[in-house]
Amino acid sequence: MSKTNILPGFRPALGFSLLYLSLVVLIPLSTLVFKILQPDAHLSWAGYLDIIGNERVQASFRVSFVAALIAAFIALVLGFVLAWVLVRYRLPAKRIFDALIDLPFALPTAVAGIVLASLYAPNGLLGEPLNQLLGVKIAFKPAGIVVALIFIGLPFIVRTIEPVLQEIDPSMEEAASSMGASRWQIFRYIIFPNVLPAAITGFGMAFARGVGEYGSVIFIAGNLPYVSEIVPLLIITKLEQYDYSGATALALTMLVVSFVLLLAINLVQLMLLKRPQTPTAAKAKP
Amino acid sequence: MHNSSKAALQDPTWVRYGLMTLALLVIGLFLCLPLASIFFQAFAKGWQAYAEQISTPDAVSAICLTLLVSAISLPLSVVFGVSAAWAIARFDFPGKGLLTTLIDLPFSVSPVTAGLLFVLLFGAHGWFGEWLQAHDIKIIFAVPGIVFATLFITCPFVARELIPLMQEMGSEEEEAALSMGAGPWTMFWRVTLPNIKWGLLYGVVLCNARAMGEFGAVSVVSGHIAGLTNTLPLHVEATYNEYNAVGAFAAASLLTVLAVVTLVVKSYLEWQQQLNRPHN
Amino acid sequence: MSIILKNISKRFGNFSALDNINLEIPEGELVALLGPSGCGKTTLLRIIAGLERPDSGHVLLKGEDKTYHDIRDRGIGFVFQHYALFRHMTVFENIAFGMRVKPRKLRPTETQIRDKVHALLALVQLDWLYDRYPDQLSGGQRQRIALARALAVEPSVLLLDEPFGALDASVRKDLRQWLRHLHHNLNVTSIFVTHDQEEAMEVASQVVVFNHGHLEQQGTPSDIYDHPANAFVSRFIGDTNIIALESHHTDWLRSSGLDIPPQPDCLHVRPHDIDLSKATSDGAATAILKDWQHLGALIRVELAKPLPDGAEEIVYAEMPNDRFKQLALAIGDKVDLTIRQAHWFHEEIGRAPH
Repeated sequence: MSKTNILPGFRPALGFSLLYLSLVVLIPLSTLVFKILQPDAHLSWAGYLDIIGNERVQASFRVSFVAALIAAFIALVLGFVLAWVLVRYRLPAKRIFDALIDLPFALPTAVAGIVLASLYAPNGLLGEPLNQLLGVKIAFKPAGIVVALIFIGLPFIVRTIEPVLQEIDPSMEEAASSMGASRWQIFRYIIFPNVLPAAITGFGMAFARGVGEYGSVIFIAGNLPYVSEIVPLLIITKLEQYDYSGATALALTMLVVSFVLLLAINLVQLMLLKRPQTPTAAKAKP
Repeated sequence: MHNSSKAALQDPTWVRYGLMTLALLVIGLFLCLPLASIFFQAFAKGWQAYAEQISTPDAVSAICLTLLVSAISLPLSVVFGVSAAWAIARFDFPGKGLLTTLIDLPFSVSPVTAGLLFVLLFGAHGWFGEWLQAHDIKIIFAVPGIVFATLFITCPFVARELIPLMQEMGSEEEEAALSMGAGPWTMFWRVTLPNIKWGLLYGVVLCNARAMGEFGAVSVVSGHIAGLTNTLPLHVEATYNEYNAVGAFAAASLLTVLAVVTLVVKSYLEWQQQLNRPHN
Repeated sequence: MSIILKNISKRFGNFSALDNINLEIPEGELVALLGPSGCGKTTLLRIIAGLERPDSGHVLLKGEDKTYHDIRDRGIGFVFQHYALFRHMTVFENIAFGMRVKPRKLRPTETQIRDKVHALLALVQLDWLYDRYPDQLSGGQRQRIALARALAVEPSVLLLDEPFGALDASVRKDLRQWLRHLHHNLNVTSIFVTHDQEEAMEVASQVVVFNHGHLEQQGTPSDIYDHPANAFVSRFIGDTNIIALESHHTDWLRSSGLDIPPQPDCLHVRPHDIDLSKATSDGAATAILKDWQHLGALIRVELAKPLPDGAEEIVYAEMPNDRFKQLALAIGDKVDLTIRQAHWFHEEIGRAPH
């Protein structure tokens, strides 16, 4: 069964992994599904539709997904610029900047939440000038959600694009240049297609993370029902009201929608990478 | 290597400066400023206030709980990560792809949903709710629930670092050790572990940062009982909601120091891995 | 297009990659830039292409100073060492790239592009591969596609960086001949970089030898082989016996038929310039046959020439198969050496001290 079967420990390693994974991930996850299937639970199909059809619930889904989408797009653009500058340009203190990119990964979300809220608040360090100069309000508005999600999504984008940019063979660009391509054409036809799959992956990860994000959002969002209330918050609200069916329905929907979106993103990526797989060419005479 | 003289790869000057300015703005306003602002606000009323805020009974209890949860869940996560990586990177078996996907699954589940899962399992109306109540065992709104939620969230970290590392490494050295008569544990401690130590440490550091900083999942299962089931991130939330900014940022500053240490260690380990890799 | 390089110098940090290079390449030649790795030949090629800027000096293409022109405006075709084919494009798209990125006014129509690509594919005899991706091709195929791609923009100079370096030995031999014929048919000035002297001699009409950033010699392959300008060139091109000379050791060389000038430092003798005959008695130029190897058409003979101080000089000679048979020699036999031709140089000592 195993390729390198002279190595020891296959059974205990796999056995423990499966046991742990079952206890910690699989059995808990199955509760979501069984909650729906259980006939005696209050959550029938009709009941489910009822919960999801609720206006406040639909508004929260709209807020969560639209904000995550916008944030992922902005993070994609900013993240690409960051990756480009970090890979291509000479910069003092590059190591420090590079390490800082991971700050949103490492910083607990609650901490990110309170600091972003205080910075972008109407009297905050960034909120005040933005409000006075441009008349833009960020905190306690839907825009606040987007700002928090850009912060959270940025490292996903940079960390997926960076290695691909590093690996682009410079001689491909030189070749394009030798054939008369301008700098813009090199970017458009050589760099962009090579980076695109990674960019889509990063976008997908930032988006998926954004939809489910809770800690960094709730402090800055204002949490106004119908306007700036996100799905995870609504789940918690329902839980606090002991509405387990409602919470489950929301969580399950969010899970399914996220999976479908991730699947769609993976399909797009597969289509981009699709090539006719006929390795017979190698056999031809030189 | 000699980028500056490679005419063909050079962006026009205005593009270069434009992008660099934008990048520095993002790093400065989006990353550096929040970081500095946390400490600035924590010390807004001086050292004294700071020290008072992090030594209130609630704060101390939150710190202790956070350390406890991490101390329980980190070793479990590490053992799981190492054994899963060993099975996946060293053996072929049916369902390997599925297992790899399952390990990554917690990444794509909202933390709030993760917490909800354990409420559905162990809560008053959950699967084991009645049985647990009958035997007077408390999981939800107590430490075990927090540990479970943390284990769920942290389960991918170590395995994800180790699998590619061990695959790249290959098993020749381990096979050589076995051929020279080493037993399984000798092989693991003397050959495998020294080879994966940097990657493992890296995974542990990331895992620990997440275990101590997790908010959403823990928030659902903890019950927010100040002094009892509030971890440090929950304590940050509680003090912030009480309009105690210094208290909230003081507690946040502790978690921020943890994050900064994590970043420093991470950069150092990445640098180590680069050094250990042969240049070609 | 003729190429003139004037006083080209280039440093990377403390390392002098090129030191005051002057070179003229007439139109239509097939030139090899030859030298050991790190000698600066690739840097020079990249400077001609415009991929690198010289620290000083000028690049004149067709008499025009193009030193600071972009690679795009030089009318060159460049074939990269590892081909640099665009992995995300088919063979067709790779070759069409140069035409498709032209400004709209100069861009050929799609039909013209298609005809041109297929003509080029026919030229490199790979028309059936047009819809493949680069990673589906063998090394030799990639190399020829890279060449077709470089030719698509109708360059007036073709530059090739180690064109056969990444290929198997057998493929390499075929491609050398093919490149020579292609050049003959297209007659476009071509320069290629190589570290393989055999390759340079076989393919090029002109060979330029480099060492440590210096131009050592330029000439036709036979010029360079028959009249090496210095010890480095002599040693680098073909096999050679290097005999360090100290005055009391030169007697046997004189008696082997050489006329040695007063004070050279060392002597280079091609193995095939040494003739053997069975020794009847111990003469001044008598050596002992130590061993011999069959190289195919030639036999290589390893000889030990005892020196007056008790040491011995190992000398290699080569001769056709039938000549060796005629001599009917066995290991341990004594032979008299006749040196038909040799080069001497003042620069270096070719033998380690005993």
